[in-house]
Amino acid sequence: MTAAPIPAPAGRLDALRTQAGRHRSWAITVGMAVLGVILAVLAYLPPFTLAQPPAAWIDGYTNAGVFVLLALGLNLVVGVAGLLDLGYAAFFAIGAYTYAYIASPFGNGILGIELIKTFGTEWTGLIFWPMLLGGALVAALFGILLGAPTLRLRGDYLAIVTLGFGEIVPIVFLNSDAITNGTNGIGGLIRPALPLVGGFSATNPWPYYVSMLVVVTIVMMICYRLVESRLGRSWEAIREDELAAAANGINTVTTKLLAFALGASTAGIAGVFNAAKLVTVSADQFTFIVSFTVLAMVVLGGMGNFWGVAVGAFVIYTINNVLLKSLNQFFDSTQVPFLKDVDFIQLQFLLYGLALVAMMLMRPEGLFPNSRRKRELHTEVTEPEQDALTTAEATTEEGQR
Amino acid sequence: MSGVLDNTPILVARGVTRRFGGLVAVSKVDFTIPEKSIVSLIGPNGAGKTTFFNVLLGVIDPTDGSVEFNGRKMIARPERLALESLVWIGPALILGLLAFLGAQAGILSGRLLALVGFLVLLILVGSLLLSIIRPVWYHKRLAGIGIFRSARPNDMVEAGVGRTFQNIRLFKNMTAVENVLIGMHVKLKGGLFGAILSTRRVREEEHAAERRAEELLTLVGLKGKGNEAAHNLPYGDQRRLEIARALASDPRLLLLDEPAAGMNPKETNDLVRLIQKLRDELGLTILLIEHDMKLVMGISDRITVLDHGEKIAEGTPEEVRRDPRVIEAYLGAPAA
Repeated sequence: MTAAPIPAPAGRLDALRTQAGRHRSWAITVGMAVLGVILAVLAYLPPFTLAQPPAAWIDGYTNAGVFVLLALGLNLVVGVAGLLDLGYAAFFAIGAYTYAYIASPFGNGILGIELIKTFGTEWTGLIFWPMLLGGALVAALFGILLGAPTLRLRGDYLAIVTLGFGEIVPIVFLNSDAITNGTNGIGGLIRPALPLVGGFSATNPWPYYVSMLVVVTIVMMICYRLVESRLGRSWEAIREDELAAAANGINTVTTKLLAFALGASTAGIAGVFNAAKLVTVSADQFTFIVSFTVLAMVVLGGMGNFWGVAVGAFVIYTINNVLLKSLNQFFDSTQVPFLKDVDFIQLQFLLYGLALVAMMLMRPEGLFPNSRRKRELHTEVTEPEQDALTTAEATTEEGQR
Repeated sequence: MSGVLDNTPILVARGVTRRFGGLVAVSKVDFTIPEKSIVSLIGPNGAGKTTFFNVLLGVIDPTDGSVEFNGRKMIARPERLALESLVWIGPALILGLLAFLGAQAGILSGRLLALVGFLVLLILVGSLLLSIIRPVWYHKRLAGIGIFRSARPNDMVEAGVGRTFQNIRLFKNMTAVENVLIGMHVKLKGGLFGAILSTRRVREEEHAAERRAEELLTLVGLKGKGNEAAHNLPYGDQRRLEIARALASDPRLLLLDEPAAGMNPKETNDLVRLIQKLRDELGLTILLIEHDMKLVMGISDRITVLDHGEKIAEGTPEEVRRDPRVIEAYLGAPAA
């Protein structure tokens, strides 16, 4: 009996994976395009149309994209470089306000420029595109300002400082009435525009959706290129063993600072996009809840893996904003005795908590783990004494500084 | 005896002292390493060997004394921070004072005053950032006007000092090749924008680096194990990998902290051969901290003995072996 050798599916998948690794940027572009089309088609198919109309889905995808961007950026900081940042929403806010200053009558008044008056709303919308970069730069600058004095801290201490920063920024925006219009926020932002498409409108979600896909694709590409570079290696090294990294010539301060700044700049991009889409910014959009949600997305998606984190962010956002709402509607309409009285949106954080606990127990590396992370969490410590010694040495050596 | 000891010293430590509170871990140690020699540092447990080693590497600051490497002062007691800040805070204060006087006199007002205020703030924040980030050009400028900053571990690596750790500190979840690539960090130039744009130069540099990493692995005897995760390697191989990683930065001086700890006699013999090969073929200078007396006596051109933080003896293996103070430190004084 001569059975022809059947190529194992795993082998084929591996081959695909190596090809994707070799042509990473193409793989990401194609992957994103395919994903974009699939999502768009799904919005028009029955089970999904029951929850909300297609246009609402497309609009929701774009909003989810903002969180995907945030998660990608935070993954760079937390997942790759291992710096726990609990105030990530601050950079999101800084990006959003940066755009608001350039693209609203109020902001123009504060800055003393007359962009909108001079160019009219249609043409001013073009500034959205360079402002994606501008918001990134401003957020990165603040990232450096926050990071420079604090990055000598590690672990919990860094988390507390960033937590504080994350609280300070919205409070400053809330209370500086003269510059930020306080609780009312800045409204009347100019919507983005493109030469052939014209100005984006509130009723047509497609231009936003497509631009979001493009932005996410580019950010994803940059993230992968960074992580697979010399810089990315340094981040991984610092996360694993900071002293050993320094002993190999890595300037730990600047390298960590760069991770922080790049993470912040991604949040800045997300902030600009979000502001341009909502056409208004106010301090209450950037509470701790946002920082926490993004962190949960990163952890659940699989720290260190950009695709995993992106999917995690997308899924969590959709569950939060669509599934829970639909559940409410569903149980209300069917009049199930007990469940119709439960407000699932109120239960959001309980569900988060349960999901996180379940995750930590069963799959601590996240849904789509980075292979290295998985190794870290699943290898038995072979030489306990050796390890104890290493940590002891680490603490004393750090303590001596 | 051996001529290498007459070579010009590559590293000179002068009066290195380190106190931890009341404990003097290292006390006024003078120490030189001639180029292309193998020099050892021995001493009973708690003699201050590792502290001294860490001072040489910039991991901890000395309380007193200085270290020169390759003719350049690298490490000294930290005292320059005040001076360094003055360079910036001085002008900022003067500018602020002038602005204040100008405002009083009615010359400055409104936007101009705000601009000056902003400038003062910028100088202060900028100087803070510079002193934290410490870019190389900033160092050089400061050194030019006589302000010196003690080197950090990464500066020492850049200057040409490689090290291994007493307790292996590999990046355990990375492969052997990745470990060596990290060791090569200071030799590579690819930066942020090179990585984002994935320029041809960066890609070629990465390929060349990977080839070089394989070469280094072959040199230490880890041929073909490049893709194994570091924590999966046997103990002896992990030690070798650490040496390969230290070699990757093309150091001129290699500091080995107890490289034979936990090795069996055969592995130790291989290690001796490797160390000699490094010196003879690559022209490296080697400083060894080691407890294995057989290894130390067999390989060293010169041995320095520390006890209670002080240098109690120095000389060829033969001299050190016979030195009564060394015998006393290790075995105790003879009963009266």
